[in-house]
Amino acid sequence: MVTTDRFAGERLKLSPFYPRQEELNIREAWSSWNGYKFAEYYYDVEYEYFCVRNLCGTYDICPMQKYEIKGPDAEAMLNRMVTRDVGKIGMHRVAYCMWCTDEGRMIDDGTVFRLGPDRFMLTCGSPSIAWLEKSSFGFDDVVVTDITDDMAALSLQGPTSYAVLKKLGLDGIETAKPFDIRVFPYHGSQLMVSRTGFTGDLGYELWVEHDLGLTMWDELYKAGADYGIQPYGEAATNMARLEAAFIMPDMEFNEALKTVHFQHDQTPFELSLGWLVDFRKPHFSGRAALLEEKRRGPTYTLTKLDIEGNRPAEGAHIYSNKRCNREIGYVTSAMWSPVAKANIALAMIRTEHLDGPLWAEIYYEKELRHHSRVVPCEKQSKPFWAPARARATPPPEY
Amino acid sequence: MGRYDSIIVGAGHNGLVCGAYLARNDQKVLILEAADEAGGLAASREFHPGYTTSIAQSVSHFSEQVSRDLNLAAYGYDRGTTALPLIGLGASGKHVVVEAKSVQGVGDDDAMEYTGYTRQLEKFADALQPFWLKTIPRIGPGGLRDVLTFAHLGLSLRKLGKADMREFMRVASLPARDLVEENFSSELLKATLSWDMLTGAKMAPRSPNSSVLLMLYRLAEQSRGTHTIPSGGVPGLIAAIQKSAQASGVEVRCSTAVEKITVAGDENGLQVTGVTTTAGEQISADRVISATDPTRTFIDMIGVEYLDIGFTNRIRRLRCDGFVGKLHLALSKLPGFTGLDTPNARMIIAPNVDAIEFAYDDAKYGRCSDDPVMEIVLPSLIDASLAPDGGHVLSANVMYVPRALKGGWTAAAREQILNRCIEVISAYAPDIRDCMVHAEFLTPEDLENEYRITGGHWHHTEIAMDQMLMMRPTYEAAQYRTPIPGLYLCGAGCHPGGDITGAAGHNAAHEILR
Repeated sequence: MVTTDRFAGERLKLSPFYPRQEELNIREAWSSWNGYKFAEYYYDVEYEYFCVRNLCGTYDICPMQKYEIKGPDAEAMLNRMVTRDVGKIGMHRVAYCMWCTDEGRMIDDGTVFRLGPDRFMLTCGSPSIAWLEKSSFGFDDVVVTDITDDMAALSLQGPTSYAVLKKLGLDGIETAKPFDIRVFPYHGSQLMVSRTGFTGDLGYELWVEHDLGLTMWDELYKAGADYGIQPYGEAATNMARLEAAFIMPDMEFNEALKTVHFQHDQTPFELSLGWLVDFRKPHFSGRAALLEEKRRGPTYTLTKLDIEGNRPAEGAHIYSNKRCNREIGYVTSAMWSPVAKANIALAMIRTEHLDGPLWAEIYYEKELRHHSRVVPCEKQSKPFWAPARARATPPPEY
Repeated sequence: MGRYDSIIVGAGHNGLVCGAYLARNDQKVLILEAADEAGGLAASREFHPGYTTSIAQSVSHFSEQVSRDLNLAAYGYDRGTTALPLIGLGASGKHVVVEAKSVQGVGDDDAMEYTGYTRQLEKFADALQPFWLKTIPRIGPGGLRDVLTFAHLGLSLRKLGKADMREFMRVASLPARDLVEENFSSELLKATLSWDMLTGAKMAPRSPNSSVLLMLYRLAEQSRGTHTIPSGGVPGLIAAIQKSAQASGVEVRCSTAVEKITVAGDENGLQVTGVTTTAGEQISADRVISATDPTRTFIDMIGVEYLDIGFTNRIRRLRCDGFVGKLHLALSKLPGFTGLDTPNARMIIAPNVDAIEFAYDDAKYGRCSDDPVMEIVLPSLIDASLAPDGGHVLSANVMYVPRALKGGWTAAAREQILNRCIEVISAYAPDIRDCMVHAEFLTPEDLENEYRITGGHWHHTEIAMDQMLMMRPTYEAAQYRTPIPGLYLCGAGCHPGGDITGAAGHNAAHEILR
């Protein structure tokens, strides 16, 4: 049959989980991520958020970019690209990493999975094959393959996630510590489970070959039926990650390679992620610039704020006084946090003003009337949400 | 033996010059050369028993200051008193003869115009002259010295006066063809004068970019763009630099190829520690100075794992493909060139500007033109020792010969270009075949392999607007220092570029000693 769809090449790709997502997305709330049709939410944002915090939810991470980096030079290649020491990632372990331009500006962050002595998987939010190709030039023996479309991956997050995996029959999952990887035989293939996620809570990410995606979904939902399993979309993820104080592209940082204006991108130190930069490594791309940045101190520092009142401080400016005549920063993400019972925000604040008073000028709308309010902010040193179960091994079963 | 202050990779003329300056400032210097003698592209080459030449076939703007500083005259350098006339070979002996101050074989209009043309270009060349022997500062916050260099350059151009400065700004990036077209009417003269704006670069007469700047570079020094063949040929100059360097204590070790420049790293970062030779010998030094091209230096000898990713990719993208082939003929007797008493000149075979352009068009798409254009000298006319008694050597730069020929440089492809060259020459020197004892043709690929130069490029990498001055070879490595502590560059890949001038070696040494 001849296809008559003139826009065939332009249409959004469908996740291997799409047949189930389609059925569950009763609000038809679709957006897109990296060319995939992607749920903004399925039923209700708050409902999905509470599922993740109180029971468990699944989040489709098929559109997340996945690269296999393989060969005797794989470790050296990655070690030169990312700021952390890849040599210290143990076998079947995952590390949160970031990579920077020569000028020390952040390109993207992601996770590096060590799957073998010479085999890694890198995951990240945006397509990065061009940078990976640049990064692997000059290494004799490393092959980078985009495996995004070859895999089906699902994030299972929330307090009952562990119980669901036990129910699924994953013997040994109880020993998996945060950032551990476990591999299980699965329908003649493999199911890889990593104890990772983007919610700051107990959770796992499940990885299978593309064609086993639906099978995995069905088996997981069967096992999770009594544990409140529910899909959640982009909006609930954004709430959960903010409570965990995780950074988001286009919110907390601008990817350096996509930034036009000079220094409208960020350094790891500005994002309070200096701990990811390992200067004990003799070299990595951007080291000299980052060393200078560390010496000089970042211009801005990403700061966690507890803000008075209950009006989310979205888009608010931060001032050093109540009169708001000295602007010292801006809010990048903000929300009322149900779990922390606090009005929380992440904000970029000029480092020299960090120790002084912080005031947020919040604009809000009430039945088409616009108001503003200036309220004091308090710096927080810890994530707004970091339950003990997220780190416990074995985790509580509920 | 003891530890060296500096190891220099490559005993080309820039490596030798750099070493000589360092040794004169009490450094212990070792120069390592892969070939069995020093000189790089200027080294002597016995291409047939008894017949000797070198890839670089004449000398023009070798720095007089370097010559004085290193006392090269005392070590046997004699530039040669008579400049070789530049002759555009015409059909049936109607040649155009270009000398420093005059031109013959053209109409009165062109002859008159030539005086004003050279005067103007020389004025521009004078304005730029001080900057060939200077480090061009990086853009951005710099010290007083950097500010002064920029101020000096600005002042130097401003001192040209309003009219000349405007004219300089206008012609600086003109295609060669536009410049000669607006001045002259003789096709042969136009082609002949275009030659030195183009040769060695991937630049055709109609290419806008750096042709005029390249010409101004070549008009530097008192030689004013004229060429000579020193006694002993171009290798005679190399021998003098080498002797001067050795007299200052430089150790030159030939037949010792560097495999890797060694780098040590700890929590304090990286530091160059020395070199490893292909024979496996490790030699340590406080610093390593590379006279070889930037691509080989960074990608092959250092290794990308020690470089930033953006920097690596700028080095990777350097345009290094050479477009000049080299023809060497061993001749049993002096061939007769129609209309010339003696062919003691630089002879250009390019009947008009478009002949050069069309040869380029072929090469641009990976083909080799059936009508190559070329520049011929017979160095044995100046130094008889380069050939057996009565015999002569013909040496020619042939353009444009692509490094990457479509289908590769097969024996048939080489045979074809060689035959075409000889046929083209025989139109001007009918008895050339009768004089020939032996012929060799070297493609840029041959130069790459035999002389270890990426792409076989004369200038190590293209001299073009984006690869000049503080961008040569690329920013972060354009002031002879590199991102790796202890590693320096001193070759043609640095400002001001290639040709036998010694400027890059001189500048690098001054930067190191600063």
